[in-house]
Amino acid sequence: MIEVKNVDKSFDGNHVLKNISAIFETGKTNMIIGQSGSGKTVLMKSIIGLHRIDQGRIEYDGRNLPDMRMREIRILRREVGMLFQGSALFDSLSVLENVMYPLEMFSPVSKEEMTERAIFCLKHVNLEEKAFHLAPSEISGGMQKRVAIARAIALQPKYLFCDEPNSGLDPKTSLIIDKLIHEITHEFKITTIINSHDMNSVMEIGENIIFIEKGEKAWQGNNKDIFHVDNEALNSFVFASELFKQVKKANQ
Amino acid sequence: MSLLNDTGMYILLMKRVLVLPDRWKMFFRQFPKELEKLGLQSLPIVIIISLFIGAIMTIQTKLNTSNPLLPTYSTGLVTRDTLLLEFSSTIMCLILAGKVGSNIASEIGTMRITEQIDALEIMGVNSANYLILPKVIAFVVMMPFLVIFSMAVGLLGGYCVGVFTSIITTADYLTGIQYAFIPYYVFYSVVKSLVFAFIISSVSAAYGYYARGGALDVGKASTNAVVNSSILILFFNLLITNLMLN
Repeated sequence: MIEVKNVDKSFDGNHVLKNISAIFETGKTNMIIGQSGSGKTVLMKSIIGLHRIDQGRIEYDGRNLPDMRMREIRILRREVGMLFQGSALFDSLSVLENVMYPLEMFSPVSKEEMTERAIFCLKHVNLEEKAFHLAPSEISGGMQKRVAIARAIALQPKYLFCDEPNSGLDPKTSLIIDKLIHEITHEFKITTIINSHDMNSVMEIGENIIFIEKGEKAWQGNNKDIFHVDNEALNSFVFASELFKQVKKANQ
Repeated sequence: MSLLNDTGMYILLMKRVLVLPDRWKMFFRQFPKELEKLGLQSLPIVIIISLFIGAIMTIQTKLNTSNPLLPTYSTGLVTRDTLLLEFSSTIMCLILAGKVGSNIASEIGTMRITEQIDALEIMGVNSANYLILPKVIAFVVMMPFLVIFSMAVGLLGGYCVGVFTSIITTADYLTGIQYAFIPYYVFYSVVKSLVFAFIISSVSAAYGYYARGGALDVGKASTNAVVNSSILILFFNLLITNLMLN
């Protein structure tokens, strides 16, 4: 579980996060949603420790991140997997080597065991075997996302962060990626935090949703509660399209 | 202010780079690749430029010193000392700052803007050490060899003038390049090249590492890396020359 308590963050006097508190539960897909510029990326980067917060606590199962030294943060990060918006696969390595990389860096097991684990992860994300030895640039965007997920789970992380996992993907592939993240979260009991704009994802896998509006937490709930909320900002953001307005009507 | 800020950021980065690697296995996997990429792949340009400059320097020296009072071997002597003292270390390093510096800055800069460096950080890897240290050490190791190779090829270029033209005889040239040889000049050149190699690799890596934005910004980082490495090379050339030859 990750608990964020009274977090504040400013950049050059611009107050981006204002007294945010939230609990991200283990074994659930926790989502951070909000308009562009609302502060959700800053919140996610602050939770990971890429931004130092001005005030507040970020507790990873009781371990407060802002109190940690760089060395302790590095050790904590070995329990963290991250899926980046652009996949962030290493260009110079093949698909298999990308997944093996964190194992080679931090796992004491033999090369055979590493390869076995990497192949297990790649098969778990349904990647075809013929793609294992290709370069990241030789596979499609959807496949790159799967490889990135495989790499993120290679070290069996306790915490998984996904930054816009569906950006640049077609709706069908997005759905596959969403389901994959959801399955992995439940199967391995991971605390997953997803930063998303994609309302399909929110409706599909949002078990704990945090809505950020102008740097403040404006609402928290799940994908069932969201249809019955009386928050104007949330409704105008989530149910912006005609289609979603009709979906809301049908669910009320 | 910007200079102070940049210097501070460079020092902070070097503090993270110049530490023992987390995993020696990964370092030694990366190191030969960097030796090949930064060192061996620079050999063709070193050979071409040194050969031609050696030949041109011999022709120009001979044509500009056609004085009966000067000994006939003086052309070879001047060519040799110019190659040893300045061309093969400083000028060659300025050229390599363009080739290697832009390569390092653009490679690391691209990794930065495509979030590959963030991915390393999130994994708990000291990205600065993992990415930059093998490059710096590989280039520092390779540079003296490149410089000595450049000296040899430059001298060969001058010899070719003797062989293929009637501007100078090979006997005069060979006498000149052996006359009053001071081995300390080679040592001085090697010392300079080690410093320049560190400057080129570390400064370029810093520009790449701190790149922000998109492809355009990687291009700017690459240009700044080359320009500023070159300025630093010239400054340290003056400093080292004053310290070692004065």
